[in-house]
Amino acid sequence: MPGLELFAEADRQLTLCNACRYCEGYCAVFQAIELRREFGKGDVFYLSNLCHDCRACYYACMYSPPHEFAINIPKILSEARAASYEHWSWPGFLGRSFAKRRVAWLLAVCAAAVVLALALLLIPASSLWSAHGGPGAFYEVIPYAAMVVGALGLSAYWLAVWLRGAVRCWRDTGVARGSGGIKPIARAVGAALGLRYLQGGGPGCSYPEERPSAIRRVFHSLVFWGFSCDFVSTTLAYIYQDWLHRLPPYSFVSGPVIFGAVGGLGLLTGSAGLIWCKVRSDRAPMGTGAYGLDYDFLGILGLTALTGLLTLALRATPALGILLALHLALVAALFITAPYGKFVHAIYRVLALVKYYAERDQPRSSA
Amino acid sequence: MRNSQRREEYDVIVVGGGNAALCAAMAARHIVPRVLVLERAPEHMRGGNTRHTRNVRCAHPTNDRYCSGAYPEEEFLDDLGAVTGGPANPELARYAIRQSSKLYEWMSEHGASWQPPLAGTLHLGRTNRWFLGGGKALLNAYYRTAQRMGISVRYDALVEDLVIEGGRFEGVALKGQGSGQGAPELVRGRTVVVATGGFEANLEWLKRHWGAAADNFIVRGTPYNDGLMLAALLARGAKPIGDPKGFHAIALDARAPKYDGGIVTRLDAIPFGIVVNRLARRFYDEGEEVWPKRYAIWGGLVAAQPEQLAYCIVDAQTIRKFLAPAFKPYEANSIEGLARACSLDSQALAETVAEYNRATAGNGPLRIDLLDGNSTREILPRKSNWALPIDHPPFYAFPLRPGITFTYMGVTVDGEGRVLGQDGRPMENVYAAGEIMSGNILTKGYLAGFGLTIGSVFGELAGRSAATRART
Repeated sequence: MPGLELFAEADRQLTLCNACRYCEGYCAVFQAIELRREFGKGDVFYLSNLCHDCRACYYACMYSPPHEFAINIPKILSEARAASYEHWSWPGFLGRSFAKRRVAWLLAVCAAAVVLALALLLIPASSLWSAHGGPGAFYEVIPYAAMVVGALGLSAYWLAVWLRGAVRCWRDTGVARGSGGIKPIARAVGAALGLRYLQGGGPGCSYPEERPSAIRRVFHSLVFWGFSCDFVSTTLAYIYQDWLHRLPPYSFVSGPVIFGAVGGLGLLTGSAGLIWCKVRSDRAPMGTGAYGLDYDFLGILGLTALTGLLTLALRATPALGILLALHLALVAALFITAPYGKFVHAIYRVLALVKYYAERDQPRSSA
Repeated sequence: MRNSQRREEYDVIVVGGGNAALCAAMAARHIVPRVLVLERAPEHMRGGNTRHTRNVRCAHPTNDRYCSGAYPEEEFLDDLGAVTGGPANPELARYAIRQSSKLYEWMSEHGASWQPPLAGTLHLGRTNRWFLGGGKALLNAYYRTAQRMGISVRYDALVEDLVIEGGRFEGVALKGQGSGQGAPELVRGRTVVVATGGFEANLEWLKRHWGAAADNFIVRGTPYNDGLMLAALLARGAKPIGDPKGFHAIALDARAPKYDGGIVTRLDAIPFGIVVNRLARRFYDEGEEVWPKRYAIWGGLVAAQPEQLAYCIVDAQTIRKFLAPAFKPYEANSIEGLARACSLDSQALAETVAEYNRATAGNGPLRIDLLDGNSTREILPRKSNWALPIDHPPFYAFPLRPGITFTYMGVTVDGEGRVLGQDGRPMENVYAAGEIMSGNILTKGYLAGFGLTIGSVFGELAGRSAATRART
């Protein structure tokens, strides 16, 4: 856990924001601030996950450093956000990966190595290094059962850790205290899907530099919708195979391949674009601890997409075996690190938005 | 000031870096190619008091996405008349209001973004329009636009004097760079627009009128508004306008930074409690009028108290009823304890509070949205409204000091923004815009968002006029 000074400093800065309110047009964070007087740990965790790091407030603030008030909301909230990820994570020694990236790296490398080692050891070389064709070609390289057991096992673990985190987040920030039934949830999901608060209140977020720009929202959308397309592709492939009894590989005009290719391209350009933006971005509004989390997550997403696309493109060549093994190794690394990296922001951000819409629609007590 | 070296000559030199200066520079650049902005602050502090502004007051015929209703020019003029008791130059006032109706469009074209009125801004949602993110965000957009237009901007550029020969502006004397000991640099220009604000940050100047009390004033805005250019213009024979000792000041939290604390240190607590001085005595009616109409008199009231210090005292009943304060109040479970926390005389404060509480006997529940008539009886000064006993511990105190916002005295200008000399004739190629000439219109009082109106309208006018003259 971070020291108390993180929360004391966040309370100091948020109290000044509450007395100012010039930023209330930018995003949900400032409107949520206005409903409060004190900012305890739960409030800070909530606000930090409501913050989309668009940074408009930092450049608009007349109190940003070197002013003696030294207000830097994107920075303090990104530090609090990293602390919340760790706090809600499980088990503790893996949760430290949010502060110490080598833990996550170790995990990813281990998972990938295990898959690769199994592939190299268990699959006959003749099968791994030769061209395959016809129905079921993938499974000549790596048996279907191994893929399914591995994927389901890892997914179940990932979802279990996420669910546990969500419950703890729910408890700590008081999401449940909001009311209003399904409406806040629908609004929150809508705001998350449309990245409503990654727009700097309209003109675009101040990222990678002060000038408002839509670029981050575009790249983030490519990543998200690319990932969704790949999810659809996988589901379709499952339907094709287990319900329609058609074995892969599928033709280039089939559902799984089209969704997979489009999704892969979206993921690849989106993650590359976000990395490019981050490299060029202003360091001043950036938190100290959480800096590398984005790179790790985007890197692994991009590489997974890249190897997936290569597997598709070269599936009729002898490279198929090793590419498929590599791709699955990266998928395993992505799944195993999903609860211990930037991926978790998806769940906590939606929960924060649910709380925001729920409390916003409540009749206000005495201001 | 002779300089034999060939220097680049600008068409328009704008001294200053706030809203009026940038409006002048952009308006000028539409007409002439060589425009220079000399901002004396470093880049991170650029923009003068515009940094701390938030909205602009403009006449408009109908409601729109950002304003909740129409604001006709006649009503605007009436509002101005009500606070000033009549502008110094009615013609310029009418010009400002007429032009204000075109401002939204002009500002948007030059990069301004807006936000709809939200919770904290509703009471001005009809008459004023809010910049998304406030004044610094507006400045950032203007500086980006200026750069795109090819306007030269120099930061840390302190103009020490205006070179005026035979009544004609020749250039500015820029303080030498480096260690600060270098010889002044002469920058030549065909015309100049002086948009350097007031002298509210110059405590020595304020002391001429206010004596040692000025040492205890807090300057709410930029520390760079020292009035150097105003003094230079007056020394060159410009005709002053406005009360030389007039300033706008509010009571703000005494723990505010000496300079540049801006909006956050204001306190809206006064109508909810009582205000006592260092002697633990009340000195003015805290419930005289609805707060927005009275908040600006409290700067002067506190300035007149011993050590320019006062304390606003509220209790647990009211502590959460006003806008969240920037600093935590002093807190105690008894009035005596609160007095000790404030270094006030315990007995005196206890007596003041007890006397006040007795005078509120029988009052009904607090209604802050109107003049609720809950007044004190038989004490002086009276509290005319919202007089609730202070008897629910814990008790809270906020220390108050006068916080100066702006000064009124400036230079007189004509209908094209040119500075007038003592004889009433315009100086040939010297223009002024913004707070340095706002005394032509605003003689006392203040209308929220009107400083931005004056700066934008007269910035645009001065820039356009100066550029037109430079071209001929």
